[in-house]
Amino acid sequence: MKFIKYLIVGTLFGIVMSKSEAISWYRIQEMFRFQSFHMYGIIGVAVFSSAIIVALIKKFNVHDMAGNPILFFPKNKSTVRYLLGGILFGLGWALSGTCPGPMVVNIGYGFMSFGVIFIFALFGTFLYGVVKDKLPH
Amino acid sequence: MIDFLMQPWPWWFSGLVLAFIMFSLLLFGNSFGFSANLRTICSIGGAGKTVKFFDFDWKKQTWNLVFLVGSILGGFITSEFLSLESYTPALSENTISDLQELGFSAPNSIQPSELFAFEAIFTLKGFFILAIGGLLVGFGARYAGGCTSGHAISGLSNLQLPSLIAVVGFFIGGLIMTFGIFPLIF
Repeated sequence: MKFIKYLIVGTLFGIVMSKSEAISWYRIQEMFRFQSFHMYGIIGVAVFSSAIIVALIKKFNVHDMAGNPILFFPKNKSTVRYLLGGILFGLGWALSGTCPGPMVVNIGYGFMSFGVIFIFALFGTFLYGVVKDKLPH
Repeated sequence: MIDFLMQPWPWWFSGLVLAFIMFSLLLFGNSFGFSANLRTICSIGGAGKTVKFFDFDWKKQTWNLVFLVGSILGGFITSEFLSLESYTPALSENTISDLQELGFSAPNSIQPSELFAFEAIFTLKGFFILAIGGLLVGFGARYAGGCTSGHAISGLSNLQLPSLIAVVGFFIGGLIMTFGIFPLIF
């Protein structure tokens, strides 16, 4: 039962991503062609409101439901892994029109072809684990 | 109300709901990052036996897998119960004409049938596009240490420079694909 809240929030995620068309390949194309505000609006509002929430959590030392303080850990300083990894991710994002979340939302929506994308995303993740130590980080 | 549920939702509403989801996950004692599920599933599949990167206690990520199952359910609920019979996203005219120049027909659903119709899986080109797209997203997300949720939303909202670098990378890659590679493959 302790997982039911994650099922509810996950379902909300799937609904809002489909209802706002953020799972659409077309919308990702619009974004990368700078021809519509739609995706920038979604990501912009999400980041702006989240930044306010995070700042308030820090200021008022908000605790989670289990009573532990909500902590934010800084990410490791580096440029090469974020930039190279980001570029590879972006190539795939524009080609398939989907990042990992929307992949599975699309499967639920009925687009079974996204199952192929998802299986190969798993394979890509596995491949990263195999070659990880040989890559610059 | 019913009318609002059935119409496409505006960008600002979607953005606010995404922030609410991020906040909920923090209150539950976790943080929003979807692509971690890919690593978890590799681990469950036994990848930890041969590759150290997958040798971790994946059970701590069960909550995220439940979130993933919810996402599938949310997509299903939307297409079954919260969508009009047939509708086309209100896309930019410029995007439609740019895509027509590349050989895509006029949109009649949220996804182009040229790429995502079930039959596309069984053509050589169609299969390779899906496979390479997925491979790059999966590899890139782990190399960069996160995807759109982990870096763009969780990371940027915590003012993390690494996340900004990753998001700049997402855009460099996306622009290379859209303007450099699409004209060669479509």
